[in-house]
Amino acid sequence: MASFECVSLDLPDVTGIAMGKNGDVPEGSVQRRARPATWSWTSVALTGIVIVFLGTFLVLPLIVVFVEAFRQGVRVYLAAISDPEALTAIKLTLCVAVMALTINTGFGLAAAWCLGKFRFPGRQLITALIDLPISVSPVVVGLLLVLVYGRHGWLGGFLESHGLRIIFATPGIILATAFVTLPLVARELIPTMEAQGTEQEEAARLLGANGWQVFFYVTLPNIRWALLYGVVLCTARAMGEFGAVSVVSGHIRGLTTTLPLHVEILYNEYRFSAAFAVASLLTLVGLVSLVAKTFLERIAHQQRIGLKHKGA
Amino acid sequence: MAGVMEQHGFQRFFRQRGVLPGFGLTLGITLAYLGIMVILPFAALMGFVTTGTQGWQVLHEPRVWAAIRLSIGGALIAAFIDAVLGLVTAWVLVRYQFPGRRLLDALVDLPFALPTAVSGIALTTLFAPNGWLGGWLHHLGVQVAYTQVGILVALVFIGVPFVVRAVQPAIEDLDPEWEEAATSLGAGRWATFRRVLFPALWPSVLTGFAMAFARAVGEYGSVIFIAGNLPNRTEIAPLLIVIKLEQYDYHGAAVIATVMLLSSLGVLLAVGALQNWSQPWQKAATA
Repeated sequence: MASFECVSLDLPDVTGIAMGKNGDVPEGSVQRRARPATWSWTSVALTGIVIVFLGTFLVLPLIVVFVEAFRQGVRVYLAAISDPEALTAIKLTLCVAVMALTINTGFGLAAAWCLGKFRFPGRQLITALIDLPISVSPVVVGLLLVLVYGRHGWLGGFLESHGLRIIFATPGIILATAFVTLPLVARELIPTMEAQGTEQEEAARLLGANGWQVFFYVTLPNIRWALLYGVVLCTARAMGEFGAVSVVSGHIRGLTTTLPLHVEILYNEYRFSAAFAVASLLTLVGLVSLVAKTFLERIAHQQRIGLKHKGA
Repeated sequence: MAGVMEQHGFQRFFRQRGVLPGFGLTLGITLAYLGIMVILPFAALMGFVTTGTQGWQVLHEPRVWAAIRLSIGGALIAAFIDAVLGLVTAWVLVRYQFPGRRLLDALVDLPFALPTAVSGIALTTLFAPNGWLGGWLHHLGVQVAYTQVGILVALVFIGVPFVVRAVQPAIEDLDPEWEEAATSLGAGRWATFRRVLFPALWPSVLTGFAMAFARAVGEYGSVIFIAGNLPNRTEIAPLLIVIKLEQYDYHGAAVIATVMLLSSLGVLLAVGALQNWSQPWQKAATA
């Protein structure tokens, strides 16, 4: 170690990692010497670039939302979010989000059970199909639904003759939201169920528990944090979906406008303060989901460490 | 043939593990749901692309072609900017300690968490000629909002988390001793980056690039407010799909959507091939 120090002393300090510092650390405790003990020119410059970049692209838009929302005072803000149209939009958004969340949580649990606990041919293909909706453009999602359920779509005519309207109505909005949020719960649950294996469930089964008892008393407690994480992601995304919903909603005021569509309408009518007031509600949902995500990730991380210690 | 193999697989599978219940039920739910939600709509898309007399004629319309070029070209440039700045961001967030680091780290996911319509109006207000940044840029003679630059700004914004989140784990896995070894062997900063760090990190940068591109090609909500939406100049492909649908031109809309889907698929496959070709040992390690 000492000779290493001698060599490194006259060399430039790469990426701001001071090497000499490690000389007095005992060999065994050499962990990640990630943090620079001294600031080099490069590290200051890089950090500066990142702060300017993230500040311009992430922090400023966030501040703009709230500044613009309150620009004309608290009274205008409250009027904008308690306007009857805004209230129906809030109601519709919550209803759609709850529906999409329920459907996708049920699906996510079913998919995670068969994909996480069993090995069978075609498993990879199903996983790929579950991931697919994430990489499809929201507008294309709307288009796909119109092609199936629209007036000139595959099933549209048949459904309309039976008095069922999907496109330009609430069912279409629910379908569009369910499509874009389809993988969110399943993707969190599948790896978790897979990692936990089947031993505990098999033991419960051999001790006489039936299938539902195994699920509720053994599996569910094990996956609760992953499930909560998926639910948070799914809810936030469901309430904020714009492109897909915009295509299938038809923008019927007071009937098929969700919160993001209401924001668009207000903005296009140059009612900026009202638009940003409603947008601030959605922003709050987004921020809450970010905080929950950070918190849940920490729990998941600690659990993983706990599992490792148990294994060792 | 596949069916026969599947049957054998299933028989073997059922012989091996009969203890856990619910396989048939959950697989049935999964397949039924995916069938209705994913397979049926994509089958309809293929149906509408292949039927009709015009074939791919719609792509010859100058307005359509301009929009597709703008969407794909803009997405490529934005994904490239994201790759460069995302790599730097990931590096700084993993390796350096400074006040506000954790907050910035959490904020990286903001473009995921913020509804696209909200980011759209926020970015537009920020970069409009009378906005906080737009006014300042206006004095320098740069117009951002309602131009192609504005589209780029929105696309860069929504692509940031893809690259940062793809690269961060790779940097965490990187042992600083590699850099120390390079330095002790006499490499300068740039040589260390080029010869040691970049070869280890670029597969993850490419993954982030491809994901940012796939997202940017189809992005709608955050772009339409800042774009200005002038035909042939600042009209993106997703907006043209909406316009075609309003004219009940299902076939034309389906063709544009197919081109967009194929372009993201193409970039994802190209990146996968590039990674396999350049780092065959990684494949062996993960397999």
